[in-house]
Amino acid sequence: MSTTITTTASGYLLVLAIMWPVAGIMLSFVTSGRGVERLACVVLPVGFGIAVAVLIAVAQGGQSQIYVVGDWAPPLGIALRADGISAAMMLTTAIVMCATGLFAQGEFSQPSDLPEARSPVVFWVLLFAIWSGLNALVLGSDLFNLYVALELLTFAAVPLVCLKGQKETIEAALRYMLFALIGSVLYLLGAAMIYGAYGTLDIGLLSERVRPDPATLIAASLMTVGLLAKTALFPLHLWLPPAHAGAPAPGSALLSALVVKGSFFLIVRIWFDAMPGLLSFAAAQLLAALGAAAILVGGALALRQKRLKLLIAYSTIAQIGYLFFIFPLAAGLTAGIAWSGIAWTGGWLQLFSHALSKAAMFMAAGLIAEALGHDRIAELGGIGRRLPITMLAFGLSGLSLVGVPPSGGFVAKSLLLMATVMEGQWWWATVIIVGGLLAGGYIFMVLGRLLGSSATPLASLAPVSMRRELAALSLAICAVLLGFLPLRSSDFLQIGR
Amino acid sequence: MNSATLFGLCSAALVGLGLFGLIVRPEPLRKILAFNLLGSGVFLFFGVVARRGAAAGLGADPVPQALVITGIVVSFSATALAVALVLRLRKLTDEVTSGLGAASKAQEDGDHS
Repeated sequence: MSTTITTTASGYLLVLAIMWPVAGIMLSFVTSGRGVERLACVVLPVGFGIAVAVLIAVAQGGQSQIYVVGDWAPPLGIALRADGISAAMMLTTAIVMCATGLFAQGEFSQPSDLPEARSPVVFWVLLFAIWSGLNALVLGSDLFNLYVALELLTFAAVPLVCLKGQKETIEAALRYMLFALIGSVLYLLGAAMIYGAYGTLDIGLLSERVRPDPATLIAASLMTVGLLAKTALFPLHLWLPPAHAGAPAPGSALLSALVVKGSFFLIVRIWFDAMPGLLSFAAAQLLAALGAAAILVGGALALRQKRLKLLIAYSTIAQIGYLFFIFPLAAGLTAGIAWSGIAWTGGWLQLFSHALSKAAMFMAAGLIAEALGHDRIAELGGIGRRLPITMLAFGLSGLSLVGVPPSGGFVAKSLLLMATVMEGQWWWATVIIVGGLLAGGYIFMVLGRLLGSSATPLASLAPVSMRRELAALSLAICAVLLGFLPLRSSDFLQIGR
Repeated sequence: MNSATLFGLCSAALVGLGLFGLIVRPEPLRKILAFNLLGSGVFLFFGVVARRGAAAGLGADPVPQALVITGIVVSFSATALAVALVLRLRKLTDEVTSGLGAASKAQEDGDHS
């Protein structure tokens, strides 16, 4: 990496990936309120196309795609860099965005016979903003640039929570905001310390210069703790359930599937890219122990929930826990140890499959709540007969969360399980298995009710659009199909490292 | 003790105070103010880093100063968003309480008559 970094042939795609949703935001302000929805019909598919193009460019080139902004090479300038994980993350983002867009077309549209409302316009603008922020986050390679991307993501995510404008959702949004503020300011403090110690914030340059002295470790710990607050890892998860359960269904899907993953992505960037080999055995065990606690506590609390959306939100806390097994299990990745590669692939598959299945599940819950007018689990009886497609979407995404074969969640969890055995860290294997049982408990509890007999006459249910049901189902099917992905793609996830 | 160390200690004190306030104080507005105090500490720390990194006859390294400007903009937007949420919450809570107050008052009147 001592040679100067230059822009690669497809580098312009990275700029496009960040700027295209921003262009959507700008155009939203000049079109009428009703035009924004039609605008989304253009922005979403093209954005998807860009993500696919980046993925193909990275896969064909077999190396990272780079764009050097303004042709100023780091450390003077900043670079955008797409490696295997960022390309895969971008594609997942694009899939969830498009499905959410399809789903939201009914909920956030402006009927022509009513005066224009504000919340649909705000929703589409926030959707574009989250997309742009996430793309900037996975493509950034400068710690300060990443801070700005992280903040853009937070500022787009917080208003999404309180789009309904009720008192409880605004309280949830405020609590989320305060957690996020602590997180971002700790991250910034860490970045300042890194700059003071090394005189650069570029991840590539840092990885060459970094040394395990106290200042670096304190800086990295500050950044990690800050990001953990945004990722809602136990015990910093308190803000998540009210925020994710209070948002409108498409908003919950985006928040739970994508936004919390953004800050996790950054933690991986710090420990695997900026400071490879600096994460000590004890620190990696601590991160995984927090993850294990999240799996157990999140799963147990999900079982106790009375409302469907809260149950799904607690399930997110549990599923995030699995991601942190990547730190102890994939620690030998830079050294080229085979089972580290297995854990690496398993961890990322868990992230992608959870993103797809959790978005589908929140959409299904939204449709159920819309039909029934409430989402109390005890009174869900028999709705599966009225909304078979929604129930199928819920069931399929649930199977992926539990880890039933064949599904993305199954492959992810079995790869992680395999890595725990090979690495000789069997204690995490027990947590993975117990976590699967807990997930099975809360998913089947809901499924049983959906399939059960109904207490209320089903004819009184509000109608639900078929297109929106299919949007949820398509995501759930994607989560299952992830399990059929040939494992050759594990090499893809290691491109650029 | 040179000036950079002195300012460094000041920024550490600000960060400590801000973090304490952010965690301990329950009121949202105080939390937001504490966040700003904490942010000021971090920005001051950037200044210290700039002073320590001065080279080639410059008074200070310009990069951290440029970062501080962006940081201030971000923290300003964050504060604005948080305050907007607090204001809206206050408005809704007032409506709820005044509504309840009016209802209970009406009930009292009804009891008396």
